[in-house]
Amino acid sequence: MSGFVDTFFNLTILRQVAPLLVEGFWLTLALSLVAVPLAVLCGILIAVAQDTPLRLLRLSIAAYVDVMRAIPPLVLLILIFYGLPFLGLRMNEFSAAVLALVLNGSSYFAEIFRAGLESVAKGQTEAARSTGMSWRQSLLYVVLPQGTRNVLPDLISNTVELVKQTSIASVVALQELLRSAQIAQGITYNPTPLVAAAIIYFLLFWPFVRIVSRMQNNTRIHT
Amino acid sequence: MDQIIRYFFDFSLIAPYWPDILRGFSLTVVMSVLTVLIGIPLGLAIAIVRLYRIRSLNALIILYIDFFRSIPQIVLIILVYFALPYFGIVIDPFWATILALSIVLSAFAEEIFWAGINAVAKGQWEASRSTGMTFGQTLWFVILPQVVRISIPPLTNRAIGISKGTVLGSVIAVPELLNVTSSIQSNVANPTALTVGALLFVALFLPFVLFTRWLERAHATPR
Repeated sequence: MSGFVDTFFNLTILRQVAPLLVEGFWLTLALSLVAVPLAVLCGILIAVAQDTPLRLLRLSIAAYVDVMRAIPPLVLLILIFYGLPFLGLRMNEFSAAVLALVLNGSSYFAEIFRAGLESVAKGQTEAARSTGMSWRQSLLYVVLPQGTRNVLPDLISNTVELVKQTSIASVVALQELLRSAQIAQGITYNPTPLVAAAIIYFLLFWPFVRIVSRMQNNTRIHT
Repeated sequence: MDQIIRYFFDFSLIAPYWPDILRGFSLTVVMSVLTVLIGIPLGLAIAIVRLYRIRSLNALIILYIDFFRSIPQIVLIILVYFALPYFGIVIDPFWATILALSIVLSAFAEEIFWAGINAVAKGQWEASRSTGMTFGQTLWFVILPQVVRISIPPLTNRAIGISKGTVLGSVIAVPELLNVTSSIQSNVANPTALTVGALLFVALFLPFVLFTRWLERAHATPR
């Protein structure tokens, strides 16, 4: 038992590497704080644009969203980070990670917001417009708030998924939480830092995972 | 434009590598299939155990599903691969990836099945039991058929998302599609192989993404 604790929950080692993990945690947070709002914003724009009467535009947006949802985000990141420099487009690890996360995340957000917008009855837009609101006002003040509320659980889960995805940035050596833990493991020859990182991720996301479960278990079908 | 073709679509350069690429592709397919075949039945089994409402067991189940829904897949893969050897369990990268991903999928699948079970009105249980059906018969013939039907769309989404995680196996050197194409990229100093990899991922996962789109339309409730 003490062997197990010394190997996986070694407090001496944890104290030794804590500064490294904390630094990694801040970078994970910074990456999320840049990528999530951008992905949400792009997602809303794509969802609204998909409402266009232009069939060709609508189809190309749908194709873009589906392709982005079919490509694993790590593949996007590798393409951006190792492929684009051949065209003279060299990005640092942070921007490459943000770009990959936004391309991937915005497509999922777009689908969620589209479902949200579609869930609001047409009469709402018509009523808003007939009171003299412009199209933009009716979207921003009437349809979007209701639509967002209707898909709130999906928005929260997708945000959690996107923040979890920041861990793939470790592959291009961005020193976020996972990468820091791997470095710490390399220095100490002990998996405690990895276990600590897993626990930090867990504590970070647990409240959100719980809230979403609560929300989803409250839907009932009456047949 | 010329540059894009020269660097991203120069198929003559990668001609000798097609067998490797195909091997990587089939490994990706095998890993995805195994993950789904292990993860989803495991999730269903856990959901059924949870139905017996044994207090201490259910607390463990909730901890299990919350933990594995909260930690990033790549963290779990690395943890399984590098930590299990400390227990004397040596596991090859291929199985480490499948083990980690199917555990994550089982947690998400359990949650989906559980929400489905809760969504079926309680009267259905009472009605079935009052006709003389046993608990098991009610579950098998009345509840589960409905649960499976409403679970298919979210389950397909999750299964796609987690099968895309097979690329994370490349981090621990599983020679799957991303791993193979990125090493070809560094061998020939040209990212065409990555383009091919990305296209193959799209070819593999896009049909399923389109399937979920179709499911959503087919199940859409008129507003």
